[in-house]
Amino acid sequence: MNARVKIALLWLLVPVSAIVLALAVSSLVLIIIGENPLTAFRSMVSYGTQPNSLASMVNRAVPLYVAGLAVAIGFKMNLFNIGVEGQYRLAALLAAAAGAAVTLPAPLHVAFIMLVAMAVGAFWAGIAGVLRVKRGVHEVVSTIMLNFIATGIGAYLLANFLRKPRLPNELIIQTRQIPSSGHLSPLTVVGGEDLRSFVLIAVVLGIAVYVLIWRTRFGYDLRASGINPEAARASGVDPSRMIVTTMLISGAVAGLIGMTDLFGFFHAYTLDFPTGLGFDGIAVALVGLNHPAGIAIAALLFGWVDRAAQILDLEGIPKEVIIITKGVIILSVVIAYEVVRRIVQAQEIKGAAEETRRLEEEREAVPA
Amino acid sequence: MDERTSAVQLKGITKTFPGVVANDDINLTVEPSEIHAVVGENGAGKSTLMKILYGMLRPDGGEISVDGRVAHFRSPKDAIGAGIGMVHQHFMLATNLTVLENVVLGSEPANAGVLDFDEAGNRIRELSRTYGVPLDPDRLVEDLAVGERQRVEILKVLYRGARILILDEPTAVLVPQEVEELFRNLRELKDRGVTIIFISHKLDEVLEIADTITVIRGGHTVATVKPQDVTARQLAELMVGSELPTPETRESTVTDVVVLSVRDVGVRVANRWALRDVTFDIHRGEIVGIAGVEGNGQRELVDALMGLLTPQEGLIRLGDADITRWSPRRRRETGIGYVPEDRHLRGLLLPSPLWENSMLGYQTMVPFSSGPWVNKAGAHKRTDDVIHEYNVITPGPDTSALALSGGNQQKLIVGREMVAEPKVLIAAHPTRGIDVGAQAAVWEHIRRARAAGLALLLISADLEELIGLSDTLHVILRGTLVAKLDPATVTPEVLGSYMTGAREAASA
Repeated sequence: MNARVKIALLWLLVPVSAIVLALAVSSLVLIIIGENPLTAFRSMVSYGTQPNSLASMVNRAVPLYVAGLAVAIGFKMNLFNIGVEGQYRLAALLAAAAGAAVTLPAPLHVAFIMLVAMAVGAFWAGIAGVLRVKRGVHEVVSTIMLNFIATGIGAYLLANFLRKPRLPNELIIQTRQIPSSGHLSPLTVVGGEDLRSFVLIAVVLGIAVYVLIWRTRFGYDLRASGINPEAARASGVDPSRMIVTTMLISGAVAGLIGMTDLFGFFHAYTLDFPTGLGFDGIAVALVGLNHPAGIAIAALLFGWVDRAAQILDLEGIPKEVIIITKGVIILSVVIAYEVVRRIVQAQEIKGAAEETRRLEEEREAVPA
Repeated sequence: MDERTSAVQLKGITKTFPGVVANDDINLTVEPSEIHAVVGENGAGKSTLMKILYGMLRPDGGEISVDGRVAHFRSPKDAIGAGIGMVHQHFMLATNLTVLENVVLGSEPANAGVLDFDEAGNRIRELSRTYGVPLDPDRLVEDLAVGERQRVEILKVLYRGARILILDEPTAVLVPQEVEELFRNLRELKDRGVTIIFISHKLDEVLEIADTITVIRGGHTVATVKPQDVTARQLAELMVGSELPTPETRESTVTDVVVLSVRDVGVRVANRWALRDVTFDIHRGEIVGIAGVEGNGQRELVDALMGLLTPQEGLIRLGDADITRWSPRRRRETGIGYVPEDRHLRGLLLPSPLWENSMLGYQTMVPFSSGPWVNKAGAHKRTDDVIHEYNVITPGPDTSALALSGGNQQKLIVGREMVAEPKVLIAAHPTRGIDVGAQAAVWEHIRRARAAGLALLLISADLEELIGLSDTLHVILRGTLVAKLDPATVTPEVLGSYMTGAREAASA
């Protein structure tokens, strides 16, 4: 169908324009600081396409993907869960501690740790949901506050209760190691880099989120509440229950963000456990247009950029340039999406109007 | 100025508007100091045309001239600058402010940054004297009746220097007595040299007030006539190209089985009784009409019946069950259907496809879902049924609701509720904004459902519709039912006097 191809091409403009713009702005910045953009990009591409870099890209993308999913679930009903950061960090800490405290056969051990993480994430996000419903506190405010509280509580718990007894010369503060029954061995090793197996769980999670939002009654209620809360309420959706449930699900997914690093690398919660993934998740959800497939692409893109940028330091170029690149990508996707959405909508309406006119003329032609 | 210069002239205005109705080669000439009515069915293109004239939309082709000069309006600001003012159907007033504050809002008289209310007050008094629009600038708008609020809107426009007034369906919100008052004001304005463009689809009003009438149908100007040369019937035929239907009751189908019973219901909103001591029954096969000026408790009544508000007093029963505290979903599942007053606010998910819209309110029921899963095939099939039975003009169930004209959106909503065969249907303005043919079809569907046993609560601003369809008619005023009337004998004028409280009620 001609119109459909046209619309698909229009949509393709969103990522293309974002990347072109990001390249242009990054080049400009590089030129300003006196570096040659071509050299920088060439070395990024050659380093970033090595097999071990590709494995690293996937490993980096997985937690971003999970974070993007967690944020997108809330976004779908206009709930801004800014607290994914605190939810996953608290979840990772408590799940690591719980995982080290029990003895279970391998698959159950992993499942147990994941369940603890999901429960903690859900609980922490649920607080914001309940506050919104019972006290009218906007979730943006409460989740930001809860992030600080999570950091504080996490540090306190780690320092006082969950910390592994220190060996004499050991500086690092961390929880006890999870026994190997609670590890996930890599899928394969590519050029010395593990390809971690949590990627499979992430794929399943993405499909589950898709099915939940687009194929179930619950998902219909959720999307309806996001599009038109008044109409949803009149149709029988209980807005309070919907807010709390959605926050719980979003938090449960957020709880899984740290799992790939926990199962595949750290095997304990340490002070250098990755931070900031929750905030990156917001960007990934935006760029991925809140759709599991889009979020996957966005997460891989961000994962690749992060990995490929590592080479810049060796070239003597500050790799912080890449933060600008990511920022430009986020901004231009959001803007380009809105522009294309309006064009497509106008096209759709025009198409429908033409079709309608045709139908009306046909009807008039047939004597009643 | 030359005597022959027209106040407004539109030549060949064309607008391929993203929607179903476009303007196609519209020609309209409005003479100075005349009341020029633009009539047409809902959806004929009147609103589009007026939005173009007021600078809210830009035409794709054609020419606008004001006082003989060609004008290019890029925004309402340009139109206001050229002396054109618009009185919208829905008032845009801040009710907690005074008349004066509302009038100056947006063009406040300032003296070195300090508001100069005395000056403004004097100008408003002078304007209302000159144009015979009586209003006290210091009264709060919330204390004003609907007709008076409309005068505030008119004054607002005059205050900004308008010499050409566009009134968009000004009588839609008024009862007959207020319409008379408005018409007196309009004649007064005309005598003082103001040009008035009066948009309406109510033919008797147009014939009474207008000096010239232009008829629009399907985006074209089909005729310009003088009221003395046509009858209402001829005008109607020009408008629709066919006979006007009337909503008339047939033999009664009312049974003595009470389906919905409302007892002493009271609802408090913001420390005021928005609804008090409301008691009525709806029987199987009965249509109970609620007449009232907008804002007299109709909304709260609907919300209490749908479970969107919990009444502080009273009981609501559906059959034998006390449903006063049931959730909206449980009420829906037990067989209460709902046509909301505002289709965009409560009735539709605009960006979503029609099949998702036709399951709104029925998402927990067959054929839209089974268990926790959405049944897409079932929803598509049901949507096709609604589209065909209710003659919704659309390419199909996957079109987004945005792409439908207002009338077709309304048909979809009414169809969705009726096809689900509810026991009780709460219908607020079910035929608002749909064309005459579709209106007749909806009335026919309602009558058929009534014969099959539907209990219908009908809230409408269309008095003909209320009188024509209802088996029992209640009048609501300030949150209470003040009169129970027999639709077989009551006239719109009598009904209007009850609605404004001019007539205090003994039950008929």
